[in-house]
Amino acid sequence: MLRVSLREISAALKEGRVTPTELCQRCLSFIKATKFLNAYITIAEETALKQAEESEERYRRGQILGDLDGIPVAVKDNFNTAGIETTCASNMLKGYIPPYNATVVQKLLDQGAVLLGKTNLDEFAMGSGSTDGIFGPVRNPWSYSRQYRDKCVQNSHPEKEDSNWLITGGSSGGSAAAVSSFTCFAALGSDTGGSTRNPAAHCGIVGLKPTYGLISRHGLIPLVNSMDVPGILTRCVDDAAIVLGVLAGHDPKDSTTVQDPFKSFELTCFTDASKLCIGIPKEYHAPGLSSETLALWSKAADLFENAGAKVIEVSLPHTRYSIVCYHVLCTSEVASNMARFDGLEYGHRSSMDKSTEVMYAATRREGFNDVVRGRILSGNYFLLKQNYENYFIKAQKVRRLIAKDFVNVFHSGIDVLLTPTTLSDTIPYVEFIKEDNRTRSAQDDIFTQAANMAGLPAITVPTALSEKGLPVGLQFIGRAFQEQQLLTVAKWFEKQVKFPMIQLQGIMDHGHTVSHHQKSAFFS
Amino acid sequence: MAASILRRCWGSLLAQRCRTGDVPVLHNGQTWRRAQASGSIASGRRAGNSPAGERGVAPWVAVVGLEIHAQISSNSKLFSGSQVQFAAPPNSLVSFFDASLPGTLPALNRRCVEAAVMTGLALNCRINKKSLFDRKHYFYADLPAGYQITQQRLPVAVNGSLSYSLCVGGKKNQMVTRTVRIKQIQLEQDSGKSLHDDTRSQTLIDLNRAGVGLMEVVMEPDMSSGEEAAAAVRELQLILQTLGSSQAIMAEGQLRVDANVSVHHPGEAYGVRTEVKNINSARFLARAIDYEIQRQIKELENGQTVMNETRAFDYKHGCTIPMRDKEGKQDYRFMPEPNLPPLILYDTKSLPANMNHQQVVNIDWIRERLPDLPSVKRVKLVEQYGILPEHSVALLNEDGLMEFFQNVVRQTQMNPKKVIGWILNDMLCYLKQHNLTVKESPVSSLLLADLLNLLERGAISSSAAKQVFEELWKGEGKTPLQIVKEKKLELIQDQQEFEQICQAVMEGHQEEVMEIKKGNRKVLNKLIGLVQRTTRGRADPVLVKQILEKRLSQ
Repeated sequence: MLRVSLREISAALKEGRVTPTELCQRCLSFIKATKFLNAYITIAEETALKQAEESEERYRRGQILGDLDGIPVAVKDNFNTAGIETTCASNMLKGYIPPYNATVVQKLLDQGAVLLGKTNLDEFAMGSGSTDGIFGPVRNPWSYSRQYRDKCVQNSHPEKEDSNWLITGGSSGGSAAAVSSFTCFAALGSDTGGSTRNPAAHCGIVGLKPTYGLISRHGLIPLVNSMDVPGILTRCVDDAAIVLGVLAGHDPKDSTTVQDPFKSFELTCFTDASKLCIGIPKEYHAPGLSSETLALWSKAADLFENAGAKVIEVSLPHTRYSIVCYHVLCTSEVASNMARFDGLEYGHRSSMDKSTEVMYAATRREGFNDVVRGRILSGNYFLLKQNYENYFIKAQKVRRLIAKDFVNVFHSGIDVLLTPTTLSDTIPYVEFIKEDNRTRSAQDDIFTQAANMAGLPAITVPTALSEKGLPVGLQFIGRAFQEQQLLTVAKWFEKQVKFPMIQLQGIMDHGHTVSHHQKSAFFS
Repeated sequence: MAASILRRCWGSLLAQRCRTGDVPVLHNGQTWRRAQASGSIASGRRAGNSPAGERGVAPWVAVVGLEIHAQISSNSKLFSGSQVQFAAPPNSLVSFFDASLPGTLPALNRRCVEAAVMTGLALNCRINKKSLFDRKHYFYADLPAGYQITQQRLPVAVNGSLSYSLCVGGKKNQMVTRTVRIKQIQLEQDSGKSLHDDTRSQTLIDLNRAGVGLMEVVMEPDMSSGEEAAAAVRELQLILQTLGSSQAIMAEGQLRVDANVSVHHPGEAYGVRTEVKNINSARFLARAIDYEIQRQIKELENGQTVMNETRAFDYKHGCTIPMRDKEGKQDYRFMPEPNLPPLILYDTKSLPANMNHQQVVNIDWIRERLPDLPSVKRVKLVEQYGILPEHSVALLNEDGLMEFFQNVVRQTQMNPKKVIGWILNDMLCYLKQHNLTVKESPVSSLLLADLLNLLERGAISSSAAKQVFEELWKGEGKTPLQIVKEKKLELIQDQQEFEQICQAVMEGHQEEVMEIKKGNRKVLNKLIGLVQRTTRGRADPVLVKQILEKRLSQ
């Protein structure tokens, strides 16, 4: 039951095959059973059950609010949720209970969705592994999949089995793990440089980063205001389209959202690919791209070509400057955005209070991890009067060039770009932490952050399993505000590749607390 | 540019820095004049190096520029829906955004933009069709976000000018008009307020003011004295109040002035400037600047240097003192505000047809609806009523006085030139003496008009009229006519009675009569005065004079 798509479960609810409360309870107990994944920071059991009950009442009266009524969802813990702790996985906000809902959260609730809890992330969404938050790393459900385990056994090292668990990617790793392990039907992430698409790719699910300005950021605790976009994580493209339809639209509380009304759409299956023009950016043949991913990428291109689409190699000449430019802009905005965390109005406050300045310094020293403090320091450096021209202004100019690259390509007739999402499949935690957060972020955001710099919509679609039995996703980048076209292409692709479902049966109980009763109920 | 910040620890510095004997006297009459004879004196001498022995030889010229923060008169704050209200209970007007709760975003208040455009137009500025918002970073307890949203790169209005009048000359009887250039007007957020409790070593924060919209008006250093600066600020205040873009009440902190002050010798480069911050009272504005000018001159003449520093005016001691700024020179790390798109303004030509008119600001529309500015009102007053320009200045300087004057004129037959004397001498004096505003005056325009009509008709003398006015001031609800009747102040109409009184006075003052007869006509006035005293002002002086002259010549 939990493994079906959002669309299917919605139908089941409408037909009365399952009730919202039943569904909510199942999800909640499954969250508990998969606690070792560390996907959730807060489980909002009480409010979730209450919401489910209310939903059930609506179903009884035949007055449901929308397609999401009664559907369990999860939200990354950097979105404000009224009355529910919102931490950003940081000591700075540990215990912080916001008084208001982020606009996207409110929109989900207004549609009758049931909020199960808040998902894990890197502290303040700064990272690409979901390993650097105060609540510990998130484990990739694929670590426990039959597909991966079978290959591991072939490659021996059974004694290292348990220490070999894999990272989810990040920073929305909790949301990706939650959707991938069937504890909810959709989750919100945030995407600043790839934070939704990266973990979605590593967890074998769909991750959508909409156009900047299409979805309200009000209530999303910012990383980089000029690039942040609420992301959508689902198990299939259709589900992403449904959630997008709920979230999109102007919000007077976010002046950067566009005024044009958004028409939600249902994806049609196109049959004629011949009018389609797919661009393959040559600069994405980056060093470090695994041969496996490269092969899949080119197979995907062939797939389109064989279906009659035009597949053209294109150039985005400024791609190589993108990641360093992103670094300057990101840290600068981070330095600014983090200035409000001073221990006065909310959040952590140090007990050192000899003077206001001492209190500020101690609060921020205690409240932020090294990654956050490092970015604040470099950002402040870039913003200094003597450096501003050389770094910030220059980075902004480069950003404009990068955005123009995309404009030129789309202007030349390309509908959608096809690229890898990540360099390779995911790696074990013990491998990942051999490099620091900064290095990892620079590597892992390589294919994703350019879409944020340009504000374009992008989606990762799970494509195939690697030799190790792990998911590999490919990314489609579309024209601004052309989500319908982008998702239509993604859906067609999804249908062709027939990505295998994660097989957790019989694996999850290994050394963990899934009871046989529950397990058989969920994975039959 | 800085938002006004109260710094700690002024108190301890006051005692050391300010001795009452410190206030200097102007050392020569030319100090205030701008380089009249440039180059003729003090050529070749560098400011700051003037030996003490040559004091008085070289005139000093002061240069004053102003940065004025005017609180925008608006129901809600610049970027949030919180109410704006003076003296509300602490922290009762604070939205989630004002407290900088994580995830909140600014949404620009249209009314504040309109107020800034209006002000820009009134100050002859060029309105930028596109302006930008920036973040200015500094840590302070009453700045919850750690940055202030302001307009550093591209402000809403630039390149304007403000003309103001002031009285000059020994008797201050000569009006001159001067002009100061307006560099720019920018929109920005106000900060909250910090209250330092030194005994408990606590700082209390009130965020009611945090996020209130400010217009920062930057005036070029075109002024040369405290008096000029005060006159310019007063004119700006009148303009803001006329427009309604700010209530500009200094006592409530709605108008706050920072002054940049330097001195130099004519023909030489400007001297090092200091910034005198937080001059929050009209009364002390001129004094603070003049003190600072004199202080700098004194420093330089004593062979010292002027430091580029921020100083505060201590109104208790009438002097400026350095503000302790622990961090030294701050780097504000300006950055574009990413949550606000560029502010785009339209004129009728550029207004897109399909745009929702509720959501755009049309410069032309605002221009067409600008009220008469004070300068225009003054010209109109002079033209319409034949009063003197300084009268028109006085009428506008007092809130509501012009309307009062116009109402009186409308209701009397008296010549406005005579009415103005009553308004500016009698009425205004009484108001000042009793510290009242025009609105609070116990004498309404109707009552004053009634009184002046009695005077004009010849029913009472002008001295009787003054007595009636005094009675009216008591606010007992009597009409001028009632008072005249009660106090028997009507002019004596009975010719015979008049003759008798005059006769009696003459008989009682034979010496004076003799003097007059000898040809000393001046003494006649004394006799007229005596008749007036006898009749308690009920005699028409013209008539009295006629009778006395007739009798004296007999």
